[in-house]
Amino acid sequence: MNSDSLTRAFLILIRRDLMLAVRHRAEMANPILFFVLVTSLFPLGIGANPALLQAVAPGVIWVAALLAALLSIENVFRSDFEDGSLEQYLLSSHPVSVLVLAKITAHWLITGLPLLLISPLLGILLGLPVDAIKVLFITLLLGTPVLSLIGAVGVALTVGLRKGGMILSLLVLPLYIPVLIFASSAVDTAAAGLPVTAHLSLIAALLLLALSLSPFATAAALRVSLS
Amino acid sequence: MFNNFFHRMASPKHFYGLAGILIPWLAVPCLLLTLAGLYYGLVKAPPDYQQGDSYRIMFIHVPAAWMSLFIYIVMAGAGAIGLIWRIKLAEVVAISSAPIGASFTFLALITGSIWGKPMWGTWWVWDARLTSELILLFLYLGVIALNNAIDDKRTAARAVAILALVGVINIPIIHYSVEWWNTLHQGPTVTKFDKPSIHLSMLIPLLLMAVAFKLYYAFVVLMRARCEVLERERNSGWVKELAEKT
Repeated sequence: MNSDSLTRAFLILIRRDLMLAVRHRAEMANPILFFVLVTSLFPLGIGANPALLQAVAPGVIWVAALLAALLSIENVFRSDFEDGSLEQYLLSSHPVSVLVLAKITAHWLITGLPLLLISPLLGILLGLPVDAIKVLFITLLLGTPVLSLIGAVGVALTVGLRKGGMILSLLVLPLYIPVLIFASSAVDTAAAGLPVTAHLSLIAALLLLALSLSPFATAAALRVSLS
Repeated sequence: MFNNFFHRMASPKHFYGLAGILIPWLAVPCLLLTLAGLYYGLVKAPPDYQQGDSYRIMFIHVPAAWMSLFIYIVMAGAGAIGLIWRIKLAEVVAISSAPIGASFTFLALITGSIWGKPMWGTWWVWDARLTSELILLFLYLGVIALNNAIDDKRTAARAVAILALVGVINIPIIHYSVEWWNTLHQGPTVTKFDKPSIHLSMLIPLLLMAVAFKLYYAFVVLMRARCEVLERERNSGWVKELAEKT
């Protein structure tokens, strides 16, 4: 098996998932709607005081992003599990971890990227300064792939279960905490006008770590779930 | 010979017998050490010049917190052994450790908050160590929930092992991110419990309790593992023999 055919398999898998997503456009909108709705509940809940909103905005936007990621991550393997194509990936001659990475990439393009694009709007709604919105964008750009990568391990462990949803949140949310901490404090720091390079480097480090380890853990977990 | 020993050890039947012999040898020293530790800790050790008598809860709190982390690492290690070499017994040990570790974590949280009430004036502070202990509790609960959710015991054990390994990689990351978050938001406050160089009269009971807690874990995990082995091997000959004998 040469590396050419592996690259091809990787790209074909991404194309297939993107095409499936485009044909179910309504489902694609759900996580974004959820993200926007949850964020807009906060001003209603805690009052529309601009100073207060600006203070809580980084945390609120990031918690909403975590929940939206958690809500959508289950789809990364669910439909493939139900129609049996997941078993075909495991049987194929390509390394499962690479195929899994393709699935996660496609999933991030479908659900993570739209969150990213809509986030400046939410920043404006909550009264964040422009500099902080830029940083928010970068943290989401670096952070949401981490959420997808970690979430995929959880989904791979629970995909065979009938009631995996509640357990999934118990498995995955504690592992999301470092991203939440670094990302929201980066936005906070940027809103205070201080440099944020250290925060961003740490999130990038988390991304690289997740990128290099999560596909293997996910592949191993899929093998267990489908055995 | 060495290999042979391990093979015999890893067979559930031998383990069951050996663990039965070991348990009293671990339980009795544990009890004695606990009594000695409590005596030296609660009666002999002098009151702290700042905290008075309320510091004495640390003789429970600190060993419990140590155990909470120690057991998670043991669980992940046993899970990895089970995953790599397919040793059933390692899976059993990993599964049996989870509830004990969760209990120790819970104990550390409870005693920490009881200590915090007179010291900090509140039951709960989002202190870095308390917070990472709370997250550790969530990780344990995730392991237990995943184990309960999967019907097939061997599949459950392998899934739990993967989760425990992912968790063990994340524990240092979570710990340092929480510590960093806390110092960023609150700065150094009174909640920072800087360890003073501890006096010998307090160190000895603390170490006694720490060893006692380790022994407690050792014999309780053996008891749980024995029970788990019986449940898993309920269709095998030796378990039937055992059941008929009693």
